[in-house]
Amino acid sequence: MTNPTMNLLLFAMLPYVALFVFFLGTIMRYRKAPFTYSSLSSQFLENNQHFWGLTALHYGIFAILLGHLMGLLIPRQVLLWNSRPLRLYVLEIFSLAFALMALVGFVGVIERRIRYPKARTVTTPADWIIESMLILQAAAGIYVAIFYPWGTSWYSTSAAPYLHSIFFFRPDISYLVTMPFIVKFHVVNGWLIVGFFPFTRLVHALVAPLPYLWRKPQLARWYGIGILPVWPRRPSGVRD
Amino acid sequence: MNVRSQVSMVFHLDKCIGCHTCSIACKNIWTDRKGTEYMWWNNVETKPGTGFPTRWEDQERYKGGWEKKNGDLQLRSQNKSSALFNIFHNPNQPTLDDYYEPWTYDYQNLFNAPEGADQPTAKPISMVTGEYINVEAGPNWDDDLGGSPVYAQNDPNLESLTPEQREQLFATERLVFFYFPRICNHCLNPSCVAACPSGALYKRGEDGIVLLDQKRCRGWRACVAACPYKKTYFNWSTGKSEKCILCFPRLETGQAPACFHSCVGRIRYLGVLLYDAARIEEVAKLPDDQLIEGQRSLILDPFDPEVIAAARASGVHDSVIESAQKSPVYQFVKVWKLALPPHLEYRTFPMLFYVPPMSPVMASQDGGVIDHVSGDLFHDIEQSRVPVAYLAKLLGAGQENKVRYALRKQKAVRWYRRALTVGDVTMEVASRMLAEADCSAEEAEAIYQLTSLCTFEDRFVIPPMHREEAIQMMEDPLEHKASAGFGFVSAPHRGM
Ligand code: HEM
Ligand code: SF4
Ligand code: SF4
Repeated sequence: MTNPTMNLLLFAMLPYVALFVFFLGTIMRYRKAPFTYSSLSSQFLENNQHFWGLTALHYGIFAILLGHLMGLLIPRQVLLWNSRPLRLYVLEIFSLAFALMALVGFVGVIERRIRYPKARTVTTPADWIIESMLILQAAAGIYVAIFYPWGTSWYSTSAAPYLHSIFFFRPDISYLVTMPFIVKFHVVNGWLIVGFFPFTRLVHALVAPLPYLWRKPQLARWYGIGILPVWPRRPSGVRD
Repeated sequence: MNVRSQVSMVFHLDKCIGCHTCSIACKNIWTDRKGTEYMWWNNVETKPGTGFPTRWEDQERYKGGWEKKNGDLQLRSQNKSSALFNIFHNPNQPTLDDYYEPWTYDYQNLFNAPEGADQPTAKPISMVTGEYINVEAGPNWDDDLGGSPVYAQNDPNLESLTPEQREQLFATERLVFFYFPRICNHCLNPSCVAACPSGALYKRGEDGIVLLDQKRCRGWRACVAACPYKKTYFNWSTGKSEKCILCFPRLETGQAPACFHSCVGRIRYLGVLLYDAARIEEVAKLPDDQLIEGQRSLILDPFDPEVIAAARASGVHDSVIESAQKSPVYQFVKVWKLALPPHLEYRTFPMLFYVPPMSPVMASQDGGVIDHVSGDLFHDIEQSRVPVAYLAKLLGAGQENKVRYALRKQKAVRWYRRALTVGDVTMEVASRMLAEADCSAEEAEAIYQLTSLCTFEDRFVIPPMHREEAIQMMEDPLEHKASAGFGFVSAPHRGM
């Protein structure tokens, strides 16, 4: 990955292809095949090991994604926080812990799918591929965190500007070309995951049911009116 | 008053012969697809027994239904935030083992087996993994009290009995059972709807049928845990939950649901009840011993001019009000008070009601002679083989007097008819029984008619569903002339 054309392809072209496929794919799938949007839970078939893999995976990945997002949106504040060594250590250790949790979770769920025949019957090729990609992604991230320390700081000064440059359509790959191989791998694999996302079970993350928090408990649907809470009065004058 | 109409049901347990025709009718139409093999939207249980899924009534374990907490009504399985925190792993989700692993047989082996000393057998194959399995349990392995030590004796309802009563129930010479067919109750306060994080479950406004939107379900499976009757099922293949739809496509074309239509014992009745939706929340918070009366008070008199006016104001169609007036369910539940809701203490307000079964009279009393001129004409109800306490736990939210009332009335009607047709009981005794059972001769006659001589039209009073209005609002029918139908026509294939 030192070839300049290759660099351009992987760090400047691939992101746009991946993002284009991501948006087009998830939207088209939602519109054309809404039935396929599901968590595809397999807890019903295997419930012994389920808890460990699934909770570790999700709580780990949420914290890590949140970290990546903060580095992207508020890099200055992150740097400011890291300006005191103690606070830097705390952040690094927490990040590493959550990353390990995510990795353990990913390995746990794939191991579970290999081990239990019932879980295996509901595993698709897309599951094997995406879960392997996620394992590699988490492993690469952890390797970087351990061997190229203080990533929470240098992310803000190199990765964040790179991502900004992508999102503002002024791709600038100079931040990346000098990076070690494993960092580049983490970036490329990340874009591949984004591009593959619409064709996997990961779409369930896009339909997280947050509105449940403020919804009324009971629901009714009326002909032509749509969804209303059951108990409050039906609006008058709707039917003759 | 906020009047709604609800397609409601009565199952007359005294008539059920436990033939499972209903279950098969349903299975053949709705659940013979991949991922649904294990589902029985209609199932028939032997009681006492553990039921399907095993011990579903044990809410300490399954955490279904509602509970009252600090004067408020709360789901037992989750609250709003725990629903989201536990979404990755639902701590209250039943698994395949609580139901059974569906199987078929390797019939090919009967033809292809190499020649040997023994007859070839068709070995069971799992319909989940496709591998050979050792079948250890099935949905109905306790039928007719088969395997009682494992099944019948673990019935959660037995908690209501004293140790002596339990012993008596299982003494061989008193052994007794009855059948308990179950479908989704299409509840007024459904916990499945309240639990769904995606809002995929809903009550149809016009007729109260509880449905699960397959496009909106995301497989968070909270409904499966929340329904105390375990009547939402998880399709492990499509990754979506499914439930009884009360055969709405049949109802919309004026036909009874398949399980009703096919019922051999003719135990099933269907008709509209009008109810007051404005009071559900208030009634759902009543103490246990007032729940039965509370639910009855929600059900409105369809002949009352005030109710009719209010129903019209809330948009209930005149044809539906008319249908409610002819509803056999209204007679059984509200007028005669013969039919009772199952486990009302779960507070979902099931709209399927059961007429409690009369157990066989005890032949051992006085050398086989039943003393019907004794002071208490109903003594055999008190000493019946199925203790009233047991039935009360199942159908009376613990209230024995409600069950006793229904049993006494049924017995009085029987004896009244016996006085009329057989003549071995005097009308004087029969009249006394009717009076003591709070039943007039006309009422007894009506109960007899609707119980024994009921035709198809008497049992199923199906309201016009006015689907034409729905279709007109969504689509232009002319546009679809000669095409293949409306709506959701893509195949239900599992996501990637
Ligand atoms: C945003 C909110 C999210 C919610 C509510 C959610 C929920 C769920 C649920 C309910 C399951 C099924 C668990 C089961 O088998 O019972 C699941 C599986 C899974 N989720 Fe998520 N998830 C979310 C986000 C994510 C994200 C961001 C990722 C990864 C990038 C992810 C990766 C996975 C994977 C890989 C599985 C399959 C695990 C297996 O092999 O069984 N999820 N998720
Ligand atoms: S019985 Fe039916 S309506 Fe009632 S909670 Fe269960 S699934 Fe929902
Ligand atoms: S078909 Fe009718 S009689 Fe037969 S088991 Fe079902 S409910 Fe009972």
